[in-house]
Amino acid sequence: MTQDDISLLAQIVRRRSGLILPPHKAQFVEGQLAPVMRRFGFRTVEALLAELRHGRETLSRAVTEAMTTNESSFFRDRGSFEQFRDMVLPRLIEARAKTKRLRIWCAACAAGQEPYSVAMLLDDAKLPAKGWNIDLIATDISTEMIARAEEGVYSHFEVQRGLAIRRLVAHFEEANGSWRIRENLRRMVTFRPFNLLDSYGWLDDLDVVFCRNVLIYFDHKTKTDVFGKIAEMLAPDGALMLGVSETPRGVSDAFVPVEGAPHFFVKNKATAQRFAAA
Amino acid sequence: MRNCLVVDDSRVIRKVACRILQDLRYETEEAEDGLAALAACRARMPELILLDWNMPNMNGIEFLKTLRRERDGQRPVVVFCTTENDVAHITEALGAGANEYIMKPFDRGIVEAKLAEVGMA
Repeated sequence: MTQDDISLLAQIVRRRSGLILPPHKAQFVEGQLAPVMRRFGFRTVEALLAELRHGRETLSRAVTEAMTTNESSFFRDRGSFEQFRDMVLPRLIEARAKTKRLRIWCAACAAGQEPYSVAMLLDDAKLPAKGWNIDLIATDISTEMIARAEEGVYSHFEVQRGLAIRRLVAHFEEANGSWRIRENLRRMVTFRPFNLLDSYGWLDDLDVVFCRNVLIYFDHKTKTDVFGKIAEMLAPDGALMLGVSETPRGVSDAFVPVEGAPHFFVKNKATAQRFAAA
Repeated sequence: MRNCLVVDDSRVIRKVACRILQDLRYETEEAEDGLAALAACRARMPELILLDWNMPNMNGIEFLKTLRRERDGQRPVVVFCTTENDVAHITEALGAGANEYIMKPFDRGIVEAKLAEVGMA
């Protein structure tokens, strides 16, 4: 691939998703294009790029989706989920005791491991059994990933990373050599394709937002915009969870850190103090 | 350095598992069936046991039940590592005192993840 080819792809992907494709990633890009080439019947990268230059919509979408990183695992970065379970969730259960309603958004859910991990913790806390109304919304830019996540079927290898065997037995059933997440947890999550550059109007009044390991691929301005939009949709005492290498510091002043929960951020110091004291 | 007893009737599996565990800074010992494993445990109780299910002489589940009745037999963390990949076997293993369960085939990532689950990574 030439530098011009990479530039063309980078332009398309950035315009459509905000993701930055660095020029030195040619090998990664070619690898990610291989399944798109098979799906659309192209024998060479050059033929695919020629078609892209004609602005074919479905092809541009497929190429953009292929560039997104879909690597995930159940309870990825275990400490973050422990902070959610031990600090954020008890505080929110207390604060929402009257309405018994929780609204949680997983912004880049890939194949669904993150929202299902959250669903397992909510189920462990017996919230559905206690009559809580749980809105667990999970989105991803990739329609292919959303379809996989909705199906909730995971390979032998996927269920053995991050998932204790007791959780596997409790929350999954065997499915022809694979494992399928049980129906009660599948029904807890609403999956939907969504581009983080689009309008967030439908995502109001959120209690928790998980936006992990996605902003690192955005430029400074896009990160600032996304932080601003999340802050608008988050309840005043809600919490934002970022990936272990991500922070709003230097990008957005809409969030402050929570002491003792390094990956959680809230909208004001009073909320930070309440979470830290929980 | 922690120590692990690898119990499997396949020499190849024992070799692969030992290599992974040694990379993870474990000292390893091998046994080819439940009886040999029991003798090894009576000589020196390991901290971790990686245990196959189907073996001649004494299979994994019989070994585990016997081990848990031995003096200090509650101490080792036992991780099954087997092709018996169904809920019934997993439930039986947990009921007999297994701490974790690896479904074969496995790789280093799975072994590491499972050891993390039992606080032995």
